[in-house]
Amino acid sequence: MTGEDVEMTQENVNAKRRLLTIATTGFGLAGAAGLAVPFAGSLLPSERAKAAGAPVEVDISKLEPGQQVTVEWRGKPVWIIQRTPEALELLPDMVDRLIDPDSNSDQQPEYAQNPTRSIREDILVLVGICTHLGCSPQYHPEIGSVTFDDDWRGGFLCVCHGSKFDLAGRVYAGVPAPTNLEVPPHRYLDDNRILIGSDQEAA
Amino acid sequence: MKALIQWVDARFPIGNFVREHATEYYAPKNFNFWYFFGSLALLILVLQIVTGILLAMNYKPDAELAFASVEYIMRDVWGGWFVRYMHSTGASMFFVVIYLHMFRALLYGSYRNPRELIWIIGMVIYMAMMVTAFLGYLLPWGQMSYWGAQVIVNLFETLPIIGGPLSEWIRGDYVISDITLNRFYALHYLVPFILAGLVFLHLAALHEKGSNNPDGIEIKKGPKGNRWSRKAPRDSVPFHPYYTVKDLFITVVFMAVFLAIVFFIPEMFGFFIEQPNFEPANPLKTPEHIAPVWYFTPYYAILRAIPSFAGTQVWGVLAMFVSIALFFVLPWLDRSPVRSIRYKGPTTRLALGLFVVTFLVLGWLGIQAPTTSLTIMSQFFTLLYMLFFLLFPCFSSAGQPLPLFAKGMLAISIFSVVATIVYWWFLWSGGPNFMHKISYTVLSILVLFVLGIKPLVKPELPKPLPERLTK
Repeated sequence: MTGEDVEMTQENVNAKRRLLTIATTGFGLAGAAGLAVPFAGSLLPSERAKAAGAPVEVDISKLEPGQQVTVEWRGKPVWIIQRTPEALELLPDMVDRLIDPDSNSDQQPEYAQNPTRSIREDILVLVGICTHLGCSPQYHPEIGSVTFDDDWRGGFLCVCHGSKFDLAGRVYAGVPAPTNLEVPPHRYLDDNRILIGSDQEAA
Repeated sequence: MKALIQWVDARFPIGNFVREHATEYYAPKNFNFWYFFGSLALLILVLQIVTGILLAMNYKPDAELAFASVEYIMRDVWGGWFVRYMHSTGASMFFVVIYLHMFRALLYGSYRNPRELIWIIGMVIYMAMMVTAFLGYLLPWGQMSYWGAQVIVNLFETLPIIGGPLSEWIRGDYVISDITLNRFYALHYLVPFILAGLVFLHLAALHEKGSNNPDGIEIKKGPKGNRWSRKAPRDSVPFHPYYTVKDLFITVVFMAVFLAIVFFIPEMFGFFIEQPNFEPANPLKTPEHIAPVWYFTPYYAILRAIPSFAGTQVWGVLAMFVSIALFFVLPWLDRSPVRSIRYKGPTTRLALGLFVVTFLVLGWLGIQAPTTSLTIMSQFFTLLYMLFFLLFPCFSSAGQPLPLFAKGMLAISIFSVVATIVYWWFLWSGGPNFMHKISYTVLSILVLFVLGIKPLVKPELPKPLPERLTK
């Protein structure tokens, strides 16, 4: 060992080795993390799955008062219901039994944030998926005492977990679902045709 | 032949292995019928893997083809119906056997020191089984497959912030679709092999410490020397042939029952295969009445019992996960000086009995369509389920002072009972009728008193342990 050399004490060697071990482990872990990105990423929705959301056109000229029509949009059921005048009259009475009667949570486009949660007062457009765990609720337009409610004013019942919604898709208090049913983006092409999945231009 | 065995043994000590784990593995001599279910579970795992691989050879994991390929297996494949019904019956019987196996551990304190890890690995196995069963239930692509998967995957969506992206990552789509079916199939094939690995760990951990027994007495601490070995515990017998023969006998009995189900009632009145699953998946229409398969229903009832609160329904999901997680910490909740129910006091027996009733009632509730009176019943039994674990340190304390965590758990118990009662009486608008409220209120307070308060005020001492194993 000559003067210029670094003195190779036990301590020096160990410190160097420790550094190298740490560096190797560090790079190894970084490599593994890098590898995990494409592996985990391959499980994300594919481009095809993302592209499947094309808007759907619905003709409502044959819709009767009180009738429900279901169409498929992005793999989900979308309901179009023509509410009867009696049903519309009952909507304001519901307020004390609802969590969010004024539709403050972000479950509808701006143009549907109104007392009927719709563009046209009588036509209700909703994504038919319960905001609890994704079952499709049933349409119960009847009014009065029903098996699941003593004072029913018409609306939707999710049979999976008992969530209840009124005829504007607003959620009842004391049920598992936390928010109102979603109103999808939609617009009227003319009086009888609705395009679901495409926003109405700012009015 | 002898030369061949010697040749192998020199390179791979198979003889040693057989001696260590069978012919010279000494197990307590007093196993009763509760000890059948471990080996039966292993048998079912093997059957499930074999029938599963056979099914995979004809099944098509494609949303367009899956339902028809299952019908093809049922009608056109030689013996296909038998293989498929073996597999579907096996799934349910696996849970029957595992629930009894777990109950055995609760009865005799098999989860206690030094066997905590065996219990924890066992719980991981139980969870892996639930994952496998859930993944597999989507594959026939029937109505119940579709909507069951929809509900369970959406459980993850309730988690704050990460929920949405996480559930999309699991499905690979915005709804359950062909993509989801394809990956669930891949995972359903994978997880059972992980399960087999976990079973190996479970047994390795078991053979390290040795089995517990109905008396809960450590045979290794007792006198030594039996007919076969001077070093083995006196109260033990070699696993082979004593317990292998016993297991073989119960295998015959079990297979008779199992095959009777396969041949005569494979759907088990809608419990093993639910009726809506004979209808192909329809993403636009949820079946009239949807419930998970019976082995999930206790947790499903807990999920449904908790109302949404503060704008999110995550609480029900949390309660469901907590109800499973509580099993993991059981070894540290049991403070009794003895392991086995045989020597524990009447309060512990009552608590365990109540827990079994609670589990069964929750299982029944999970199948029913929700009504107000059933919802309050679910809430009461969910409370009872939680109290069993939360008050375990109290009713097993046998006069020892409560450690801090147990005091905390007692406080949580009292809070939970009070909060539930307040919810019933003041916060639940349009809630249950007076008779329901008053009776469940009285019952809740009674359970809290009997399991939590009374054992602390008037401690219950266990019966004295015998020196050696009894029959």
